[in-house]
Amino acid sequence: MKVLVIYAHPAQQHSRVNKALAAVAKDVSDVSFVDLYAIYPRLDLNVDVEQQRLLDHDAIIFQFPLMWYSTPPIIKEWQDLVLEYGFAYGHHGEKLKGKLWLSAVTAGTPESGYGPEGHNRFDLRELLAPLEATANLCKMPYVPPYTLFAALKSENAANLEKHIAGYRLLLEALRDDTFDLDKACAQQLITGDTIKGLIKGKTT
Amino acid sequence: MSGFLFQAFVYLAAAVIAVPIAKRLGLGSVLGYLIAGIVIGPVVGLVGSETQDIQHFAEFGVVMMLFLVGLELEPRQLWGMRNKLLGLGGLQVTGTALAVMGVCMLLGLSWSVALAVGLVLSLSSTAIVLQTLGEKGLMKSDGGQASFSVLLFQDIAVIPMLALVPLLALPELLDALHHGTDGSGHATELSLVEGLVGWQVAGVTVLAIAAVIIGGHFLTRPLFRFIASAELREVFIATALLLVIGIALLMTLVGLSPALGTFLAGVVLANSEYRHELESDIEPFKGLLLGLFFITVGAGINFGILFGDFGTIIGMTLGLMLLKAAVFWCLALAFKLRGSDKWLFTLGLAQAGEFGFVLLSFTVQNGVIPADLSQSLLLVVALSMLLTPLLFIIFDKVILPRLTEDQVREVDEIDTKGAAIIAGTGRFGQIVNRMLRGNGYETIVLDLSAETVDNMAKFGIKTFFGDASRPDLLHAAGIREANLLVVAIDDHERTTEIVKHARMERPDIHIVARARDRIHVYELYNAGANDIIRETFDSAVRAGRSALEAFGIHPYEAEKISTAFQKNDRQILYNLARIYDPDIPVTENAAYIAGVREAGEKERETLTRSRGRNKGAVDRAWLPPGRILDLEE
Repeated sequence: MKVLVIYAHPAQQHSRVNKALAAVAKDVSDVSFVDLYAIYPRLDLNVDVEQQRLLDHDAIIFQFPLMWYSTPPIIKEWQDLVLEYGFAYGHHGEKLKGKLWLSAVTAGTPESGYGPEGHNRFDLRELLAPLEATANLCKMPYVPPYTLFAALKSENAANLEKHIAGYRLLLEALRDDTFDLDKACAQQLITGDTIKGLIKGKTT
Repeated sequence: MSGFLFQAFVYLAAAVIAVPIAKRLGLGSVLGYLIAGIVIGPVVGLVGSETQDIQHFAEFGVVMMLFLVGLELEPRQLWGMRNKLLGLGGLQVTGTALAVMGVCMLLGLSWSVALAVGLVLSLSSTAIVLQTLGEKGLMKSDGGQASFSVLLFQDIAVIPMLALVPLLALPELLDALHHGTDGSGHATELSLVEGLVGWQVAGVTVLAIAAVIIGGHFLTRPLFRFIASAELREVFIATALLLVIGIALLMTLVGLSPALGTFLAGVVLANSEYRHELESDIEPFKGLLLGLFFITVGAGINFGILFGDFGTIIGMTLGLMLLKAAVFWCLALAFKLRGSDKWLFTLGLAQAGEFGFVLLSFTVQNGVIPADLSQSLLLVVALSMLLTPLLFIIFDKVILPRLTEDQVREVDEIDTKGAAIIAGTGRFGQIVNRMLRGNGYETIVLDLSAETVDNMAKFGIKTFFGDASRPDLLHAAGIREANLLVVAIDDHERTTEIVKHARMERPDIHIVARARDRIHVYELYNAGANDIIRETFDSAVRAGRSALEAFGIHPYEAEKISTAFQKNDRQILYNLARIYDPDIPVTENAAYIAGVREAGEKERETLTRSRGRNKGAVDRAWLPPGRILDLEE
């Protein structure tokens, strides 16, 4: 599968995890990578170019830090402009049908902060429901988000290493068609801990 | 010499005093000139018989006026008017002439005298009517257009009338004339057609008109470019005058109306990029000459004859105006003019005109009308002209208010995309013009460089040649009606002048001005510009942004930094513009110096990105949660 990573982080000078993840994505061979804020610093998206980019790939990965329970603003802009009626949905709008949609999210709060008992009150998967609904309307199979919790905690270093290494495995498996889509979709989230079990021919 | 200076002084003084007063009282400039003439002539007696000669000279103002009218009228428009011109004009001249002739014959005049009088009085005053319509902005209305058609036809009709009049001569008057003028002799006028037979005359005439049209189309452009490249304004004016006088002379030589010839030349030049420049160069001469003409009409009123036969003369004048108005009224009905247009057409043209003077003296010379009758008729013509401004006042004060009460208001036809004037079409103005044009807005582009104007034309961009810092040119370009003025020239003193003038003229117009530097920004701020754009600032900021990116700063961060810099700098500029005093050099203006220092502090603050525990103004919004707490712990 041809893999595209669409990366959005508005303040990369402050980033640790996403910067490292982006470096991995750039490093994996035969995976395309775009930094939306770098090519569109004035948010003036080129719709034709972006649509063609989507047509050229089979798996679309959105890599971003969670901000106020949502994506950075440029991804919303990207959705609004690129996912046009007649292209991504609606009449004659099935150009993206069958392409995978996968979010690679980092969240500042530990996992315990999410869910009905947590101070954020909702599951992370629930909070990303707008993306899931978007993928659904575009007839794109929605893969559970590849998630890192507690990304801001410095004591989380071991977990962080695992997440970054797992990201490489994820991209390579998608590229090599060794990603077990059915098994992945049965899960709520994918993490650095569970990624190995989703790759065909690998054992945990 | 002193005699000439004294005369000039008297005429000018009379105009300078009377006209503004008349305008202030709402009487219009024409009545002002006429009253000035009456005061210096019959009342005070400062001027005497020389007014006759001056009047012939001043009639040239009418020729210039028709040239200007022609400039406003593109050939396509003129062609579109042909029905009105021939129909309205033809019917009016014939109808009025016959009606006047009939009345005269009823009063016991012989048919030939009656016909001559009818012809003389069928003409209206181009000078008064066009001047007044222009002042009131009614030229483009239906009534104005109809009036113009009639006046233009009359100007053309003068030529066949001049040919017809000698045929009406009375033998006994001719005899007397020859005895009287024995010895003195007529000064032989220059003529190209004298002694030629009919078809030759026709050929020469056609050639002359062709010369005006073809020459106007092909020769004026290189000529004006050549003159303009000398960059001497007075030479350009001289050329414009030369053009008008030359054509008038040519027309006179072949026996055509000079007014018609210059009108044609004007129409030919209406598409030219030098149109506005020509307009503003000729305009003052036209205004002065017409003013002078009106003064001489006032000065020439012979109160002796008037009071000697007061009832008859006044009766004749009022009767004539009533008769003419009746003919115009019928024509207005026939040609379906409505409401105010009908009244404008009826009242506006109900006088006799300046060509009436010309025809009258011609009839006397040719022994068609007896001298004493012509004396009375001269008075009638002058009085009817004197009364015309009053008719316009009645139109304004009595008829218009009633009509607007009665009429259901018509749908506003205001074009939401109004015109923009762009002064300067170099690297700066071009961009503005392209953006406005591309979005369907009308633009009028002016440029001082003949070369630029030519080059723009090659790329299909219509540009007018002229110096936009001259108020008259701004007027000609339509500053009174425009919605937007963009001053994009690179001469900073002229830019300020233009902004000042435009602001004075139009407190409500939006002005976008190009500024050279900070000080110029302050000047433009004081002059009243709305948007002041420094010519190199935005590009410099972009260069700075590129430099930051080259150092590895993420493009989005570089964007935030440059936006913050730009906003901050604009704020500083705005604050300093209010402290700036044009009378104190900035280095001696204490408040200004303090302002600059304060601004420097603020800029450092703005540009400091978040480092350590500082929250930089540029990127504080994207600071990760807890970062500052982490650092403080």
